[in-house]
Amino acid sequence: MSAPPRAGGVAELLLLDDVACIRGDRLLFEGLSLTLDRGDALWLRGPNGAGKSSLIRLAAGLLGAAAGTVERRERVALIDEASALDTELPLRRALDFWARVDTVDGHAVDRAMDDMALTPLADVPVAMLSTGQRKRAGMVRVIASGAPIWLLDEPANGMDDAAQARLIAAIAKHRANGGAVLLASHFALGIPDLAELDMGALA
Amino acid sequence: MTALIALFWRDLRRAWGSGALWLPVMFFLLVATAFPFAVGPDAPLLRRAGGGMVWVAALLAALLPIDRLVRPDREAGVLDQLAVRGFADELIAAVKIAAHAAGFGLPLMIALFPASALLAQDAERVGLLATGIAIAIPALASLAVLSASLTANHKGGSAIGGLLVLPLAVPMLIFGAGMLDPSGRGAIKLLAAVSLLLTVIGPFAAGAAMRGLRE
Repeated sequence: MSAPPRAGGVAELLLLDDVACIRGDRLLFEGLSLTLDRGDALWLRGPNGAGKSSLIRLAAGLLGAAAGTVERRERVALIDEASALDTELPLRRALDFWARVDTVDGHAVDRAMDDMALTPLADVPVAMLSTGQRKRAGMVRVIASGAPIWLLDEPANGMDDAAQARLIAAIAKHRANGGAVLLASHFALGIPDLAELDMGALA
Repeated sequence: MTALIALFWRDLRRAWGSGALWLPVMFFLLVATAFPFAVGPDAPLLRRAGGGMVWVAALLAALLPIDRLVRPDREAGVLDQLAVRGFADELIAAVKIAAHAAGFGLPLMIALFPASALLAQDAERVGLLATGIAIAIPALASLAVLSASLTANHKGGSAIGGLLVLPLAVPMLIFGAGMLDPSGRGAIKLLAAVSLLLTVIGPFAAGAAMRGLRE
């Protein structure tokens, strides 16, 4: 049910304790507890409507829990179905806005764009990008933000094989640097050393 | 702070991009041009009624862009991303109000002078109009962002949005147009009080509405 808690407890980044989530009149899940330590990655799996996205939004603080507590001990970076990039701007300028909001310098964006192989598209307006390219741009924002907790809601949707490989590499690098990842995906991404939580089994 | 400044400039850029800077100006001048034709060539009547017309046009010019103040940011996930970063909704609303006040207020002040000339306002009344509208701009922006936040979940919400804030805007119209009358000069203080009240309430009310959008 929950990721096994580790000894010590000082490295815990994200803690959910006995959390319940109600959307509309429907109870999506209850009594859910999980802990993400530094270097941890947890895959939320399950069919559509199982509550994967709701759990991500709950962990991000965008939804209130109907019961239980959610504690974030570090900054959070989120990717969901909305790209949150100004479509009329060139990709680089749209990303630079978030870099200013996150108060990180341009080099962080440079490196993250390189990681996601988006550097050649820096001058292309966001409106012209494909679904997969926008997802990669969203990952650039997540990587560049430098936030230790990554909440990734279907990050690989629309990504081709090469982009998925880059996503997996970015996640591995983030974990090696002491970050934690909560990943919602309806299909396996092939990430090594990944804890699983089957949301379908909770309902 | 850097983040809030970035947000302010982004909103301003989006307001003024694609030629939208001229929208309130055009609208304003359109009303000022059409009104004399409807009233007829009676200069004293035009002078008396024109001041109030300027106020009505200013209110409508503020409400003109409420469709693009909050809803696009909500749909694009910008509001979610800001919330994840821990910015209070009230703070986001305050920045949006400031950006809207600058975005429509500055062109409005410029358009005020040709509009006043078209409505046969003399120098004294133009001065009073400019003072009154400058006082009211933060409150008008506040009301616009508030109604934009309240209607961000509804397509075509701008029509409802106008209805929602109209009762709140009525005191400003009364005092703003009232201070043009020589016997009602004291109304400027009431106008300032109402404007201050709406400006202060705006970020909290709009922030609460933005928080409600997430549930």
